[in-house]
Amino acid sequence: MSAINAIEVSHLTKKFGQKTVVDDISFNVRQGEVFGLLGPNGAGKTTTLRMMTTLLKADAGHVKIFGHDTVKEGRLARSMFGLTGQYASVDEDISARENLMIFSRLNGLSRQDAKQRTTELLTEFSLENSADKALKNFSGGMRRRLDLAVSLITRPTLIFLDEPTTGLDPRTRTQMWATIRQLVKQGSTVILTTQYLDEADQLADNLAIIDHGKVVKMGTPAELKQQVGGTKLNFTVGQATQVTAAVNLLTSQVPNTIQRTGQRLSVRLNQVTELTPILASLKQAKIAIDHLSVQEPSLDDVFMDLTVGKN
Amino acid sequence: MDVKMHGGNVIMNTATMAYRNLLKTVHNPDNFMDVVIQPVLFMLMFGYLFGGAIAGGVQAYLPTIVPGILIQTMLSAGSGSGAQIREDLDSGVFDRFKSLPMAHIAPLAGQLFADSLRLLIATITSLTTGYLMGWRPAVGFGWVVAIGLLAIFTGWALSWIFALLGLLAKSAGAVQSASLMTMLVLSFMSNAFVPLHSLTKPLQFVAHLNPVTYVITAIRQILATGSWTHEALLVVVFDVAVVAVFAPLAVWAYDRN
Repeated sequence: MSAINAIEVSHLTKKFGQKTVVDDISFNVRQGEVFGLLGPNGAGKTTTLRMMTTLLKADAGHVKIFGHDTVKEGRLARSMFGLTGQYASVDEDISARENLMIFSRLNGLSRQDAKQRTTELLTEFSLENSADKALKNFSGGMRRRLDLAVSLITRPTLIFLDEPTTGLDPRTRTQMWATIRQLVKQGSTVILTTQYLDEADQLADNLAIIDHGKVVKMGTPAELKQQVGGTKLNFTVGQATQVTAAVNLLTSQVPNTIQRTGQRLSVRLNQVTELTPILASLKQAKIAIDHLSVQEPSLDDVFMDLTVGKN
Repeated sequence: MDVKMHGGNVIMNTATMAYRNLLKTVHNPDNFMDVVIQPVLFMLMFGYLFGGAIAGGVQAYLPTIVPGILIQTMLSAGSGSGAQIREDLDSGVFDRFKSLPMAHIAPLAGQLFADSLRLLIATITSLTTGYLMGWRPAVGFGWVVAIGLLAIFTGWALSWIFALLGLLAKSAGAVQSASLMTMLVLSFMSNAFVPLHSLTKPLQFVAHLNPVTYVITAIRQILATGSWTHEALLVVVFDVAVVAVFAPLAVWAYDRN
């Protein structure tokens, strides 16, 4: 089993009119890993996910789920994954229990099994107390939990999550992350799209950064961070008149580009040891600095470096 | 995977989807407005407002107005399915349906089946209101059931047209206003509320082109003669033709979505 990739995406392409939204994307997702599709709004993440989950027909390329082509063996492929869409894909007008019952039945469970599974999932996702209330009174977090519960009815080994925490408050987001980690622990493969770098950093084993419909970079979060380079030094120059002097001083000591925003300067260091001489020479030049920070590279840097965003 | 999968069964899936649509209606009593409140309101309003002017009295007007309101209610109940389908398609729920290993036509079929129950409720409400106002058809109860079924079948056939409209339209709002206008034009430009001979020649011509006129005529004839008339048969043929044309078109439009 482990030889087969959970997902194989090859040369996937989608055009909406003249605009190529997904442009020749290829990647593989191994079983048991969390794979993140990271990118700014409008980069083509959701479109890619929709093609992978058979909701949208690709113009070119194909997707295999556990070795089964999603076009030729659509129904079989669909039976192998659960999907939680970007917008809560549950019925607003009916209760949580009814949602779970209906989706269980539609998944082919008998009435008896459906009832049992519904009870299990309500408990698992701490929804028993609101099981029979109308969804209109649900909070965003409860809705997402129900949504995820619905995707897990058949205990799929592959789960697609489209922006699972968009719009959730920090606490609920952390809870969602815990739930996702739990799923992975139980052996599920998870593929998620997100525009949150910390989310990708927290959850994903492998990442594909997408921008303008293309995969601009692929790798583990650590690899990607490394590519962007080492530690980053930030500080504010105390007096506006000294900024140019400070820039010149940095230029003479560090080969990297210096970013300047008003009196705030930041520069990437190739080695942490470069830090002491810089501070010493600043002191020597009598340039007072403030708000000093030294940052390890974050996925934010990768993101900013590699993507240009919608415009 | 220790959850048993029985695979998609078209009938079971459709039944589940119909159940879902009914649940939605039950939870959202607003959805009953057009099948419960509207016929009662219209029957009372039209009966008591126009009865005297058109037929010389409410009692005399009832044989005209009861089939008229009945069919108007069928039209508006049937037209609801278009907006409902559009709303569903635009919601995230539909993505979920499509990603399930179920019979893919089930959401559409379920909607249309749930609609027939709405039509049944609308029919019972319309006829009961008429009865309470003093409408006493001379023919037996069996014939009243027969015209009820004819009305439901007509409403159901028409709901396929509205379903197609819903599938092709851009938004639920657009479907709703288009449906409302169609409903108003079709029900008023007919013999539903006024005798045809009272209309001007051009209007009579329009009313004669309107299928609603034939459905209402057929129902009145059955209620007057207590026999299955030629017109009634024509209506059945017409309904079957509508379903034969619009059901495949709706399925095609649904697949396209």
